[in-house]
Amino acid sequence: MSEFALETRNQLVGLFGIVERNMYLTKRYFVWDLAFMVWTIANTLTIVFIARAAHLPPEKENTLATVLLVGATIWAFLGIIFEFMTETVAWERWEGTIEYTFMAPLSRLVHLFGQGAYAVLYGLIRATILFFAVAAFIGIHMPNANFGAALALLALASISFIGVGIMTSVLPLISPEKGAQLGFVCQGVMLVVSGVYYPVTVMPEWMQWIAKFSPATYALRGCRHSIINGTGLVWADVWPLLIIAVLATPIGLAVFRVGERHAKRHGKLKRSG
Amino acid sequence: MSTEAPSTIDLASRLDRQAPAVEVRDLRKTFRRRDRKAGRFARKRPWPALDDVTFTIARGECVAILGQNGSGKSTLVRLLSTLLISDGGKARVFGHDVDREASTIRRLVNRVSVEASFFKKMSASENLSYAARFYGMTPRQTRTGVPEILTEVGFPADRRGEAMENLSRGMQQKVALARALLTSPVLLLLDEPTTGLDPRSKLEVQEFIRRVRAEHDATILLCTHDMAEAETLADRIGLLDRGRLLFLEPVEDVKRRFGVETLEQAFFAATGREFVAEEGDREDDEYREVFG
Repeated sequence: MSEFALETRNQLVGLFGIVERNMYLTKRYFVWDLAFMVWTIANTLTIVFIARAAHLPPEKENTLATVLLVGATIWAFLGIIFEFMTETVAWERWEGTIEYTFMAPLSRLVHLFGQGAYAVLYGLIRATILFFAVAAFIGIHMPNANFGAALALLALASISFIGVGIMTSVLPLISPEKGAQLGFVCQGVMLVVSGVYYPVTVMPEWMQWIAKFSPATYALRGCRHSIINGTGLVWADVWPLLIIAVLATPIGLAVFRVGERHAKRHGKLKRSG
Repeated sequence: MSTEAPSTIDLASRLDRQAPAVEVRDLRKTFRRRDRKAGRFARKRPWPALDDVTFTIARGECVAILGQNGSGKSTLVRLLSTLLISDGGKARVFGHDVDREASTIRRLVNRVSVEASFFKKMSASENLSYAARFYGMTPRQTRTGVPEILTEVGFPADRRGEAMENLSRGMQQKVALARALLTSPVLLLLDEPTTGLDPRSKLEVQEFIRRVRAEHDATILLCTHDMAEAETLADRIGLLDRGRLLFLEPVEDVKRRFGVETLEQAFFAATGREFVAEEGDREDDEYREVFG
């Protein structure tokens, strides 16, 4: 086997290792995950019930409930991705394994992408359960829904989310104490400007301008159209996601490398922080 | 040991056979720390962890670096394992620069530190398999390789599937040794591997280190504050004090140089201070039971 082929093979095995480890951990923390799932469902219900309280005609109430449900589901989905990505460093520091992972011959791209891939897979499963559980509870009708298109759009947006997640995963390297929480600040800011529970057009113009650079804007808009109107993949949502996806991962990786170098210079790449 | 990571196939091409296993020249690392006595808002001051350290280790040699807490031992190990970037000087492993050729170094080096450091909810087998993936070992290879290496370090077969959090610290340290050896490193960095172990476990680990040396083509850098351990395991002994390497030579030469009979006396002669064997980076000083 040539040097290049051997290296590629080793990196793929390493990628599998990251996914495999997360599967072990999900299995071990399954009961806790169930508890968090209950919390997420309860939290989403508090948002979707707003549609009932609006006292709209049934059809409009159903549409508003769907709009809110899509927003809350994507919020939860993004939350899982950011949680996994920030935990790339934070959890390993807590377990004490960080030095062993960072001195292993696994490329940082593969390491972070493996973490992101599992987050997307796990997030999609949880988001699907959340979506249908709340829809059934509230009694939302989606006769025209094109779930395939919505899922495809979310998968495409996930590549960008991983890129942004990689950028935030560097924060616990720079600040071991507060870095992980900052990741959630990024998640909140991204969703606020992306029209999580409202159309982007209601925001001030400068926020609308920022919204153009957020992958969540296109994911939210596209998923809502697919689920409410049965629209397929719309090019106007797809091409910005493609561009952001192509840019986000290399930028995220570059940011992470700068953070990693900083941590190595200042001795922050260790278990105690 | 039959467990060979596939990545070791190309290790030969990455080893400069003429170069020493480790070559460190004028290595410097300074951290900035706030003086605790000066108060919370005092300015951080430079604190040299390594101060122009120079030494070489020949291939197959076992070198012990002695030093008290804060002497710079762990900093040296972290620099050689690419977890820190030096402020100056050079460090090379089998001819490869640790800063510029980090990915090559990572294939050659593994380490055991004072804290075992594992995913506590995962079992010994799962933790070892996870670590082995990073070095290219597939599930098929670890299915046989992991039990083999665990047997080799004396880990009981019936506890392989038990969560790490249920194992004694001595047991965890055995798994840590297995993790380091599973990837067949050519340079093994041992940072206080027996600190806090009960006497029996300590002897077992030391015996295992001897076997590793005898059976593998591995070079060992052992950082410890245990003078007896250093004397019994190492070909040469170095003394790191406040970031400076005071000497590195065979133990008999050290004693002869200072005209003393023990390493404790040599330390006193070299530094003018008593050697205080502290408990490394450990957060508590309970003994680790191997058979707990």
